[in-house]
Amino acid sequence: MEEKPKIVVTTRTRRPETTAKQFAFTAAMVPGGGALREFRQHAWETFNRLSLPTTAEEAWRRTDLRALPADQFRLPEDGLYKSLPAVPGELLQPLAADAHGGQIVLLPGGASVEFTESLTRKGVIFTDLRSAERDHPDLLAKIMGAIVRPEEGKFAALAATLSQNGVVLYVPKGVSIDQPLHSILWGPGEDLAHLSHILVWVDEGASVTYVHESASPDKSGAALHAGIVEIKVADGASLKLVELQSWGRQVWNFSHERAQVGRDANLDWIFGAVGSRLTKNFSDLDLVGEGATGRMSGFYFIDGIQHLDHDTQQNHLAPHTTSDLLFKGALKGSSRSVWQGMIYVAPGAQKTDGYQANRNLILSQNSRADSIPGLEILADDVRCTHGATVGKLEKEPLFYLKSRGIPDKDAERLLVEGFFDPIMQRISFEGVRARFQQAIHEKTAAE
Amino acid sequence: MSELVVKNLHASIEGKEILKGLDLTVRQGEVHAIMGPNATGKSTLAYTLMGHPNYRVTGGEVWFKGQNILELEADERSRLGLFLAFQYPVAIPGVSVANFLRTALNARRRATNPEDKGMPIPEFRKMLKEKMELLKMDSAFAGRYLNDGFSGGEKKRAEILQMATLKPEIAILDETDSGLDIDALRIVAEGVNALTGPNLGALVITHYQRLLNYIKPQFVHIMLDGRIVESGGADLALHLEEQGYDWVREKYENGESGK
Ligand SMILES: Nc1ncnc2c1ncn2[C@@H]1O[C@H](COP(=O)(O)OP(=O)(O)OP(=O)(O)O)[C@@H](O)[C@H]1O
Ligand SMILES: [Mg+2]
Repeated sequence: MEEKPKIVVTTRTRRPETTAKQFAFTAAMVPGGGALREFRQHAWETFNRLSLPTTAEEAWRRTDLRALPADQFRLPEDGLYKSLPAVPGELLQPLAADAHGGQIVLLPGGASVEFTESLTRKGVIFTDLRSAERDHPDLLAKIMGAIVRPEEGKFAALAATLSQNGVVLYVPKGVSIDQPLHSILWGPGEDLAHLSHILVWVDEGASVTYVHESASPDKSGAALHAGIVEIKVADGASLKLVELQSWGRQVWNFSHERAQVGRDANLDWIFGAVGSRLTKNFSDLDLVGEGATGRMSGFYFIDGIQHLDHDTQQNHLAPHTTSDLLFKGALKGSSRSVWQGMIYVAPGAQKTDGYQANRNLILSQNSRADSIPGLEILADDVRCTHGATVGKLEKEPLFYLKSRGIPDKDAERLLVEGFFDPIMQRISFEGVRARFQQAIHEKTAAE
Repeated sequence: MSELVVKNLHASIEGKEILKGLDLTVRQGEVHAIMGPNATGKSTLAYTLMGHPNYRVTGGEVWFKGQNILELEADERSRLGLFLAFQYPVAIPGVSVANFLRTALNARRRATNPEDKGMPIPEFRKMLKEKMELLKMDSAFAGRYLNDGFSGGEKKRAEILQMATLKPEIAILDETDSGLDIDALRIVAEGVNALTGPNLGALVITHYQRLLNYIKPQFVHIMLDGRIVESGGADLALHLEEQGYDWVREKYENGESGK
């Protein structure tokens, strides 16, 4: 009789710490009809079958979701954006050139599309997901889910089944687009689930530059973004893709991204992140055709209690493929970053050249960076190198700068800028660099 | 007219006393040389005057422009008009010479006027070009990362370039001649000479008379074991060149230094 209550007490004290809340989405929310019906239905089943990841899973070991208020999130209803803060004008400025060839703004419960008529005549498609479902159902049915599958995780399945918003960019064979394309995912509001699906398909011999930016104002409360980015760079094609993330500090951000690069094709993939409360991003580079090359360049600067976890894979699946990854990050406050990278070389992928490096600069005692490179090489004639460092600002350079009359804060900023310079050198777009410089200014100036 | 007055300065590093009661006065318009054997504390003096956090001042005062500057941070000392050309300048990877100099100049402007928007870029470029020509530096230098991969001579030249840009009132040059070949020595010395005059007081730390052939000091001091033990005119340096330090050691290490 006396022993029984003791057992009850033990289970009660443990339960609240170990289980996360569950999502409150229902089957009725899955968009019915249209070309994607089956895809979405299947993704819904997958979503229900998969559970929220826990730190027991290797990929999530350093990113704990127990505080995610999953039950709180709801989908934005149509037109909701009209009652929410509008997208700031500066986000609408072209970043990669003086003008853009097209711009899409994705909003809670809506989207707006501007696109150059002459490109439409060449067969280029650059539109939001709903318009694409209506106007290009066959294309969508063919490419959606071809590269990132709902089975890859709870959040991938969520984005696959319920995405109301997204971008479809299709560049037909041999078409070269000179003016960069630009899209913004603007996610204001509280308790909202922003779900996005980005599809980029650059057909044989085509080329394009595309900048996609996610942002929202800082708010209290919580918001969610779950996204999929599927990228195809077909044989001989070339893509420059810039992804910038400046989510508000309340946003729980998850994305599954994969690029498939074909024979003699080339991808220049740039990631910049300064926002969100917590981010977990999976970015895979699949070099599937002989002679494919891919470069991944990442920069991040986080502070406060921000948590940023980046998982990268460079998969060399064909001979004579080249990958080059450099991620650099600075951390302030009690922020935490994780980078876990893997270079995989498949059997027979000879003459592969793979490189990965992650460098972190810790600006406060309470911040922490984990940097975990990895190699798995199943071919014998390859060259693969990697490096990972976590360092602090050094005293002597700081004193040197101060001895020239530069105050502490400015000296720190100069050293941080210097730290990021090698990654900025890889970015040919002045506007993208300027955007990050501004973030460096703001974050170093803040206490 | 500004003057730097050092009174009975004591400083230590990691608990070890290096400066043991040093007195020195340098006025704007004067050139002083300090000579002394290795490890006597010449660089320690330079760092302590500039405010390096590793050096702890345990006694004495340093007055500059009516303030005891020992209470000031290094950047405040610099903006007040003090400059140190480092014996071993550190590399600042990722920061170009031009970007660095512009930041330093603008910090000065902003200290006097918080609203200042910074020196306009064309004006800065023109100024930098002039200074670099004075020091016979290739213009590509402005785009290189500061001291990163610079040769010994290039580093020293870059120090003088900074001095020319920041226009201090009192400059300490810590072995600016070491590591320079004879041509570079002449160029650097000419650069320094072009800056000295009524507006600049210089404290030149050196081991070699050869620098003093170019930069003519009015005062020469001998430093030994954390103090200035002899002061004189330019001929004192010549005397050292011929006689070495033995006579100084004999005179001060037996007896007097123990006081
Ligand atoms: N960081 C340090 N830790 C411990 N001792 C130090 C440190 N820096 C300097 N010292 C010691 O202080 C003493 C004075 O050094 P300092 O560099 O001032 O000499 P110096 O006169 O400039 O010599 P040199 O002519 O070789 O440049 C030396 O014994 C040196 O080893
Ligand atoms: Mg020295």
